[in-house]
Amino acid sequence: MGAQVVTITSGKGGVGKTTAVANLAVALAADGARVVCIDADIGLRNLDVVMGLENRIVYDLVDVIEGRCRLRQAMIRDKRLPELYLIPAAQTRDKSAVSPSDMIRLCEELRNDVDWILIDSPAGIERGFKNAIAPADQVLVITNPEVSAVRDADRVIGILEAEGKGTPSLIINRLNQTMVKHGDMLSAEDVLDLLAIKLIGIVPEDDQVIVATNRGVPVALDHKSRAGQAFRDIARRLKGEQVPFMNLEAGSSLWERIIRLGRK
Amino acid sequence: MLNFLKSKRSATSAKERLQLVLIHDRTDLAPAELDALKDDLLAVISRYVEIETEQVRIRLEGDGRSQRLVADIPLRSKTRRRSG
Repeated sequence: MGAQVVTITSGKGGVGKTTAVANLAVALAADGARVVCIDADIGLRNLDVVMGLENRIVYDLVDVIEGRCRLRQAMIRDKRLPELYLIPAAQTRDKSAVSPSDMIRLCEELRNDVDWILIDSPAGIERGFKNAIAPADQVLVITNPEVSAVRDADRVIGILEAEGKGTPSLIINRLNQTMVKHGDMLSAEDVLDLLAIKLIGIVPEDDQVIVATNRGVPVALDHKSRAGQAFRDIARRLKGEQVPFMNLEAGSSLWERIIRLGRK
Repeated sequence: MLNFLKSKRSATSAKERLQLVLIHDRTDLAPAELDALKDDLLAVISRYVEIETEQVRIRLEGDGRSQRLVADIPLRSKTRRRSG
């Protein structure tokens, strides 16, 4: 059968691609799957720090592609989970060191040994993005409920369709339910209306994401975090499970929770 | 309070502005080009029939991820012209 290759991309930078890759990888691996994440953001690597593996890098993606090491040597094992690996990006090179066919070849080599290959795409729609989507069986577009992120997501969706990658699924990240309620943030429905693609997850804004990133421990490992729960739900949907979307109203504030209890 | 009710919520502005921007992004057609297209379209049609120019409505509409150019071009009726 072989691995599913999933690329996470967004157009705009800073919307949560790397955070999503780290968390989906952790969630899938915690469930017993064999997972490899590839940081395709050559020159601006970050998946290593988000996952807390920055001190263990010896070889990187470009070393593998240029034949300076074997694939296995560039795979850093995450000791928290039995079968989770990271192939870091090269930091001192640029996107031109890798081509789309290099990425396809690399994934073909990995495919038979793992269940999931998650690729962290760089921002933008140029070479690095093209490298990241080339081997993908499935693409997830991540956006924030905010004008520039939604506009860029729409561009990326258009390019993916034009390149024959099919219609991607959407992750809406950093949704602030209180602002939505006050009419000061696009709701998940608004974003879906505008982008008109299938939704795979809504991740609420959660301070714990920053705390987790500070520590290099993906928030999906924190069973109290709502964002962590949202990422674990997306991982289950990736596997084809039917998981209802979480009630974003829940737990927004203690007072609201008391009101809701009263209503039950 | 009245002011509060009157001012449009910012999420509504965001959605309305995005709706327009996305239609133009998806078609790669700037508003000025759309105007030029309208003029050309009317010029061609006018070569064959007379048009009620003031009532012409041509616009881009979104339908899921696909866009359509919707043109409503009323023709000047001959009977009306005769009676007028």
